[in-house]
Amino acid sequence: MLIRFLKSFPSISYKLFLLIVFLLTPFVAFSAGEKIDYPKQKWSFSGITGTFDRASQQRGLQVYKEVCSGCHGLRLLAYRNLKAIGYNDDEIKAFASENNVNTINDEGEIVERPARPSDRFVSPYPNDKAARAANGGAYPPDLSLIVKARPDGANYLHALLTGYVDAPAEKKVPDGMYYNKYYSGNLIGMPQPLYDDGVEYADGTKATPEQMAKDVTAFLAWASEPEMEDRKRLGISVILFLLLLTLLSYFAMKQIWAPIKNK
Amino acid sequence: MSTKSNSQSSKNEGKRDFLIVSTYAMAGIGAASVAWPLIDQMNPAADTLALASTEVDLSSLEEGQSITVTWRGKPVFVRHRTPEEIKLAKEVSLDDMRHPETDEERVANEKFIVLVGVCTHLGCVPLGQKSGDVKGQYGGWFCPCHGSHYDHSGRIRKGPAPTNLEVPSYEFLSDNIIKIG
Amino acid sequence: MSKSKFKNPVVKWIDHRLPVFSFMDHELNHYPTPKNLNYFWNFGSLAGFALVTMIVTGIVLSMNYTAHVDYAFDSVERIMRDVNHGWLIRYIHMNGASFFFIVVYIHIFRGLYYGSYKAPRELLWILGVLILLLMMATAFMGYVLPWGQMSFWGATVITNLFSAIPVVGESIVTWLWGGFSVDNSTLNRFFSLHFVLPFVIVGVVILHLVALHRFGSNNPIGIDVKGTQDTIPFSPYYTIKDLFGLSVFLSLFAAAVFFFPNFMGHPDNYIEANPMVTPAHIVPEWYFLPFYAILRAIPDKLGGVLFMFGAIAVLFVLPWLDRSPVRSSQFRPIFKIFFWILLLDCILLGYLGAMPAEGIYVTLSRIATAYYFFHFLVLFPLLPYIEKTKPLPISISEPVLSGGSTASAFAAREKK
Repeated sequence: MLIRFLKSFPSISYKLFLLIVFLLTPFVAFSAGEKIDYPKQKWSFSGITGTFDRASQQRGLQVYKEVCSGCHGLRLLAYRNLKAIGYNDDEIKAFASENNVNTINDEGEIVERPARPSDRFVSPYPNDKAARAANGGAYPPDLSLIVKARPDGANYLHALLTGYVDAPAEKKVPDGMYYNKYYSGNLIGMPQPLYDDGVEYADGTKATPEQMAKDVTAFLAWASEPEMEDRKRLGISVILFLLLLTLLSYFAMKQIWAPIKNK
Repeated sequence: MSTKSNSQSSKNEGKRDFLIVSTYAMAGIGAASVAWPLIDQMNPAADTLALASTEVDLSSLEEGQSITVTWRGKPVFVRHRTPEEIKLAKEVSLDDMRHPETDEERVANEKFIVLVGVCTHLGCVPLGQKSGDVKGQYGGWFCPCHGSHYDHSGRIRKGPAPTNLEVPSYEFLSDNIIKIG
Repeated sequence: MSKSKFKNPVVKWIDHRLPVFSFMDHELNHYPTPKNLNYFWNFGSLAGFALVTMIVTGIVLSMNYTAHVDYAFDSVERIMRDVNHGWLIRYIHMNGASFFFIVVYIHIFRGLYYGSYKAPRELLWILGVLILLLMMATAFMGYVLPWGQMSFWGATVITNLFSAIPVVGESIVTWLWGGFSVDNSTLNRFFSLHFVLPFVIVGVVILHLVALHRFGSNNPIGIDVKGTQDTIPFSPYYTIKDLFGLSVFLSLFAAAVFFFPNFMGHPDNYIEANPMVTPAHIVPEWYFLPFYAILRAIPDKLGGVLFMFGAIAVLFVLPWLDRSPVRSSQFRPIFKIFFWILLLDCILLGYLGAMPAEGIYVTLSRIATAYYFFHFLVLFPLLPYIEKTKPLPISISEPVLSGGSTASAFAAREKK
């Protein structure tokens, strides 16, 4: 059966060509976009079976909390979501309660209460304008979707965080701006965030800027796509099911059609 | 399946039908399993479930006072009962009650009675939480919609309501903090 | 009508009063179909499947979506993060749009290659082009709903096309927006229309099928069915073939949904809409790129819009532009070559639509646009006078060639 299928190949080859050309159309259209060249990192979460590295994510959360969260929000993530990266209910409750959220009391006054696991991550600024004003006009973007919202997001983020170098002599860097070799236009409003031992990891990992960049990227990649592990896992079983169905329906088709084809 | 009318040889018919039937059966299984995500999306989402339990601090609730908290979109009544009220709730005879339950069955700590503040008749919110409210003939709560009277334990004593006010599942996390749900 | 068609007494009782079962039996089961259809005839049913998938997932998404500028973006993210299986449903809907267009574009090019638009199937074709137009409108408005940067700026750019209309253009754009920029009113009406247009598509699809079943499917040879020896009942032959095609399609679709869900999207749409900042490169979804390239190829605002809509308008009159009586390209050696050139031209236009409108890309866009219209407006009407077609077979079941070239067939039709 299979051999007959392969033998019939030449006769359908031009049709296959047509099909392939069509299927390639969107690919052509997309590769036509902006060319980006960030150093490719090895990520545990890339590939169709890739999963997140829990330890790295947890270190990344620490980097986010101690370094990034001064300026950048993470408003789409809730504290309860941290369960997915290996924290238990009590740890999450304690982590959440370090932040305060506004609420209205029975007298109608706005008061603060400690955040609960059901609350979303508290942003460092009350609104966009305050964020802009506090950062010399540059808006520190919310990081909830940052890895999905940039082309080649994970590599970009890692490159950007480790891309602070001395500006070339001919490049003028104005006050309040910093030189970064991977930022478009090279002038960025964010000062270099990661330095050696900028945080102290509980698990004893050496906190080099390289390590911290990898960890915080792993954490933010998860924040962007918290469904990723479920998605890939379900995907593999769905595809296996469909391939089996394809095979079955192919042979069923051949059998049903046999009297017509053999005439 | 009408393959028979077209098949010329009947030797392999059993085998053939098996292949074809299992193909369609598998397609059917596939279609059926797609239905589940579409149905399940209407169940409470993760953020809704995260709000399914509420913690209440009772330390500032003085004897004789009540507070109303929101839990799963419904009012929950918490009353700090006086010794007198506790005594009344405990000593009353269950014989002529519509829905006989002892007070002990309905409280975790006899000082505090915790109730879902929704009348079991047709879903109105009974009066009795505020000091000036009508509390009904039995001193507990009174539903103004159709006149159901509840006692200090939230039990139905008079009026159309069929059952006692519901006690939500809750636990004392410490002496003064309860977690509802 | 035979009385013993259905054995089940309930079915029989209903069918006697409301002959839905007879109708289905006739149109889906016994429906005589040419026996020589190739795999390209799978794409019609695939398109139908895609439409149903989009409607079902769309209805479900609308249960969780909030059409308000302040909440739209977050409500979509809530679907992705909190709603049970929400990510799956949304990714199916998002990638489903792309796959729907892939399938429909193949379906259209199949029609072009095998001359499926020719008499007596002109209305069938025109209804199909109408479906394409409705799909484009629906897809465009759907892309606005997540309220990301591309949503917002795509909506701004495309609605601004109407400002090219002389005199009333500005008023039309204001009317479309319901304000002085793309804003909450725009989002609300787009949501409403995005919800209702798919059901209009369903209506046109039903007409498309009625028109199809009037004369039956065209076939790769392109000659009419001569009798029952040329046809086979739709079921089980084409039901099983469609199931096989569907399995292959779903395998590819699942690969996209589960492993590359954002490949055909744009990263900027994960940034919430900001009316103060335009992204560096705004591009429409890939399925609009060829039309976008035509729009930008014309150095005049109104001209660009006219040519862009003209690119679809020519499809409506195609049955009368093509003067050849021979349907299938298999028997038209020169036309066949040009068919491939047209296909490559459209892919080139798609590529150019994604490139910045500068330098060589502009020149290439103009050449490709010129070829597109040359193909439809010059080649289709004039080629039959030059081309010597190959002899046609006598019938589908007898691949014996009729004598003489079909230049005579052309003459024969002219006489009619």
